[in-house]
Amino acid sequence: MSTTAVLERTTPKLQSAARPRYVSTAILVLVALYCLLPVAWVVIAATKGPEDLFTTFSFWPSFNGGFGYNLSHLLEFRDGIFWKWALNSLLYAGAGSLLSVVISVTAGYALAKYKFSGREAIFRCILAGVLVPQITLAVPQYLLMSKLGLVNSYWSVLLPSIISPYCIYLSRIYASAVVSDDMLEAGRIDGAGEYRLAWSIGIPPMVPGMVTIFLLQFVAIWNNFLLPYIMISDDRHFPMTVGLFSMLNQGASQPALYSLVIMGAFLSVLPLIALFLFLQRYWRIDLVSGAVKG
Amino acid sequence: MAVLAARPVSKPRRLGGAAPYVLLVPALVLLVLFLIIPIGYTVYLSLRASRVTGGGLGLRKESFVGLANYVGAITDSAYAHSVVRMLGYGVVVVPTMLGLALLFALLLDSRGARLKSFTRLGIFLPYAVPGVIASLLWGFLYLPGVSPIRAAFEAVGLPAPDFLGAGSVLFSVANIGIWGGVGFNMIVLYTALRGLPSELDDAARVDGASELQIALRIKVPLIAPALVMTGIFSLIASLQVFSEPSTLQPLTDSISFTWVPLMTIYRDAFVNNDIYTAAAASVMLAIGTLAVSLTVLSFLQKRAFGEDR
Repeated sequence: MSTTAVLERTTPKLQSAARPRYVSTAILVLVALYCLLPVAWVVIAATKGPEDLFTTFSFWPSFNGGFGYNLSHLLEFRDGIFWKWALNSLLYAGAGSLLSVVISVTAGYALAKYKFSGREAIFRCILAGVLVPQITLAVPQYLLMSKLGLVNSYWSVLLPSIISPYCIYLSRIYASAVVSDDMLEAGRIDGAGEYRLAWSIGIPPMVPGMVTIFLLQFVAIWNNFLLPYIMISDDRHFPMTVGLFSMLNQGASQPALYSLVIMGAFLSVLPLIALFLFLQRYWRIDLVSGAVKG
Repeated sequence: MAVLAARPVSKPRRLGGAAPYVLLVPALVLLVLFLIIPIGYTVYLSLRASRVTGGGLGLRKESFVGLANYVGAITDSAYAHSVVRMLGYGVVVVPTMLGLALLFALLLDSRGARLKSFTRLGIFLPYAVPGVIASLLWGFLYLPGVSPIRAAFEAVGLPAPDFLGAGSVLFSVANIGIWGGVGFNMIVLYTALRGLPSELDDAARVDGASELQIALRIKVPLIAPALVMTGIFSLIASLQVFSEPSTLQPLTDSISFTWVPLMTIYRDAFVNNDIYTAAAASVMLAIGTLAVSLTVLSFLQKRAFGEDR
């Protein structure tokens, strides 16, 4: 097949291709605007104090100090508990996803690069774990945590968040695809120990997969609602999702809180957007789409 | 390692000795602690109940009751209704979300589309918004008296849609789910499309195939594995919908405290303090989800992967 010959030609049927081009661009732009609509709304609504929120036009910001009012009142709300929630979210998602990466990658590497008895049984268990929704386990995990006396502690959210069968599964696929058996063999002939081999030959090519798993897991924990909602009753241990949910419920009786909730929603969306804009070039989404073959 | 030593060493990779087990220990310990033990404990609890014994003193005692909790949950109309609602939600969300994600991925991959990085990022952005926050934002856009969408309808003299009415609230919740998930699925499918060799595309174009034919006859069958993956995960996600209806609940009477099964389980476990029925319902929900996803997976895998696996 002569690809070069095809590429050298100009696009055939230029006139008829022009119309679909605008149609497809127009569809995508409209959809993107629809997707951005609630985000735009929250940015604009965050500029409005309680008296403007429901009385002025929704898609035009207010400039009479509403933004500053909301921000300062939110940060002072219950002695600055919003900061606490933000830090808690960062702790749960940050520490949880880092530990998850470490555990998933070591397990995935072992499953991909060694043959040992019980390997298939363990892998089947993990695959079944992928298909059992984590969220249906939240109530059972609560019952277990209350037996252990850990309910209402940071551990009750952190520990179940660390283990993700899906991340182990992805790590195994990625390790099979990128870690070279020949290099491991060469290392063994040179007399390197297994852990040294795992560290110096296994880990370096897996870094893009690790970034991907970190991001997927970070978003999953950051967005998780049911687990902390069930486990934690002390509002000083809430993550932002549960904290804002509790404020919204109070808002039903104190509408003045709505503008603070909206400011909180605005502030909580920012860090993840920033994280994605920063890390999106490093992650390997083809891992998720099944294009990386094990 | 007696098992290993007893077998003939045929592959050099087995030389790892204890290393694979050591590397797997942290994952296995956590899997046992937070997956297997909770499942076992829940099955155990689901077969028990706390009954009042001893007449006048009213001592509560836990005892074995067989499948009574399962029967209780199945015959509880709150569960029946919430399961029907959840299935309705899944039937709306999964095909719509995947269909749209595939359409947008194909449009992004088509030759003509412009502004690709803006549109791709814009559609993907909701993935970064937690379900609770998304429901909060959409809740204000739906709420009568506040909704700018309703205001826009009224401004041009049309009847304002009632987003939170009994008949429409399912679609309003579905809209939040689709809004939050379509971008991620689109990116996954788009990445799969980008991985296809461009020679295929060029060859078909030289043979006179239209963009639409290329998309449907060549591209879609080739990314079938990615479609199966996104389909399964969307299905599992839609069967565990919880945070969206819970967040909208204070805003409308159309969403009850038992709107979807997980909300009903939550009510039983934490409001009614009946962890036994909640355990039985959790077991049934987990088994149901597993059964549905395994059925869909085996059906799709035969068609999509062929001899691949």
